[in-house]
Order: sequence, then structure tokens, then C-alpha cells
Amino acid sequence: MTGKHPFETVVATHGARVLRVCRAVLGHADADDAWSETFLSAMKAYPDLPADANVEAWLVTIAHRKAIDITRAAARRAIPVAEASNRVTTPAPDDPKIDDDLVEALAALPVKQRQAVAYHYLGDLPYADIAVILGGSTAAARRAAADGIATLRRTYPGVTARNGEPR
Amino acid sequence: MNKNDPSRDLAKAFPASADDLQRLHQRLSAAAQADGILDIAYRTVDTPVGTLLLAATDAGLVRVAYASEDHDTVLRTLSDRISPRVLHAPARLDATARELDEYFAGRRHSFDLPLDWQLAHGFRRTVLTHLTDIGYGRTASYAAVAQLAGSPKAVRAVGTACATNPLPIVVPCHRVVRSDGSMGGYLGGVDAKRTLLTLEASA
Repeated sequence: MTGKHPFETVVATHGARVLRVCRAVLGHADADDAWSETFLSAMKAYPDLPADANVEAWLVTIAHRKAIDITRAAARRAIPVAEASNRVTTPAPDDPKIDDDLVEALAALPVKQRQAVAYHYLGDLPYADIAVILGGSTAAARRAAADGIATLRRTYPGVTARNGEPR
Repeated sequence: MNKNDPSRDLAKAFPASADDLQRLHQRLSAAAQADGILDIAYRTVDTPVGTLLLAATDAGLVRVAYASEDHDTVLRTLSDRISPRVLHAPARLDATARELDEYFAGRRHSFDLPLDWQLAHGFRRTVLTHLTDIGYGRTASYAAVAQLAGSPKAVRAVGTACATNPLPIVVPCHRVVRSDGSMGGYLGGVDAKRTLLTLEASA
């Protein structure tokens, strides 16, 4: 068979990773909307996607744009600054295991660093693909992620330290 | 943060549980249906002849597939031949699943479902559309069906049409048997054919 997989396979294969990315970039409250809009518009465009396209990068690119739309729409609704920054830190209400500290630490990163970290470490994208999504060079994308991770290591002690072992 | 593997800590902080994904999948199916882009909806049902795959377009039921046909392969073929906009979306197939339930319980003798015939062409399609002329609990020979379809000599072509029936059970190719009264082959396997004919004979 020469054609592409049924869209169901795309959802099954990439759904979890895209949800993690949406949650990391937008916070849990808006992630559902971003995921839904991403997959709905991906499904619309899917018949025209070349069969050899990099589906993961394609989906993260769409999710990236949807996240920008959602953030802009939120800004237009003129939510006070304090509340707006809370948006990214809202934990999912149904999961007590969520690590709030790391969620907050990631939300506090400059947006480009947060995106680079999310797309690389949760989206599994190479920096060359992330550079295309964020604009700029591969080296700049790599640096943004590295800077983000360095800050996270400073601001979020993590499991190792919590167990009393040296960082 | 774990020194070697930040992605592990991050994945834990930003989970994607099976429940979350199922909820989002349902939301996607509903939105795709509302936007008119759910070209093929499918589900499976468990029956006395095994797990059946049911697939429907907006026009109607387009495919019923036995497990022996390999459901993943069938979905891939649907994606190639009709559209790759395929989702597991049971709602569109509720009526089909209910009628199959009733059929296997012996309470339903004919199906009342919109059918999408696009996977059957030409003479094969002509043959298949005549199969409902063979009533519940009856059988007809390949030769008799050839006659019904208006080409008495096309006995072999009737066999091919039955073997490639995209809508088995609903379009009753299991009621076509050999002239000598023996069962003949069946795309769902001879056991499935026997089960269906026994069910219909006893109801």
C-alpha cells in the first residue's frame, strides 16, 4: 500500500506527546483546547500532507500556532497580568502526582526557552525542526533549550536533590 | 531535575494519561463529525463469528470486515481507497451494531441500514445488490444468483463477487451455496458461514 496511515493511527501515535507539549507550553487549563484544535485542523489538512512528511514535526508546528492563537485570545480578553501568569501554572485537577514545582519552574522561563524545552524534551523533535518552528538557527534553538534546562536545574531541585543526594 | 534525563522529570510533570487522551479523542470525533470531515468512522463489535470491524461514511455503512481479514489492513485500505480521515468513532455505527445484535439474537431477519456501495463496482455490485433477494433462512446456488443478476453464465463471477463482498452478513453472501447443496467457501471462513446458516435455519 502506498498511501498514508488512517488518521486514527496519527492520533494514537502522537496524541500523548502533543498533549504533553501543549501542557508544557500553555498550562493544563488551556492544553485541552490547544490539543483539540491542533488535531482537528491536522485532520482537515491530512489528505494533502505528503506521505513521507515528518508527522511529529508537522503536528508540533500546528500546536505551536494554536498555542500562540490561544495566548493572544487570552490577552485580548484582558486578563490581569497576575492571573494570566497563573494560567500556565494551573495543575490538572485530577492528577495528584503532578509535580507543581517543575510546572511552575517551566512556566517561569522566557517563552522561547519554554517552547524549545517542550518541543525537544517532550515533543522529541531535533533542534533543526525546532529552529524551523521558532524561526532562527538550529544553534539558537539548541541554546534556548540549554539555557532553559540550566535555569530549571537552578530553580527546581528535582527528585535527586529531594532524595538527599548531591545535585 | 535529573541530571542525565530532564525529559523524564518533564514527562512526569506534564502527563498525558489514557483517560485524558480518550476524553480528547471523543471531543475530536464529535468536532470532526460536526465539521463534516469525519470521512470514515469505525468501531468493532464482538459477535458469535468473532470481532467484526464496522466502517461507515456519511452515506452509510461501507465496510464490514472479519478478524481474519486483519482489521489494520482493512483500515489502511479504506484510508487509501476512500479517505485517510478515519477515526474510531462508534456513534455513527450505533444503529448497525444494534441491528447486528438483534440479528445474532435471532430477532432480526433483514437489515434496515443505509449502505455505501462505493467499494463494489460493475457486475460484482449488481450481484451483491441481488443477494437480499435470497430471503432469511434460505440459500441459493451460485448459478441461481448468476441468473438473478441477469448473466446466467457468470457463475464464476458470482463467486468472485461474494468473495470480495465489502459488506458481509448485512449483504448476505453467506446464503449463496454450491449447486450440490454443499456450503462452498466464505470470506469469513467456512465456520462463520456455518454459524450464520445454522442461526438462520433455527430462528
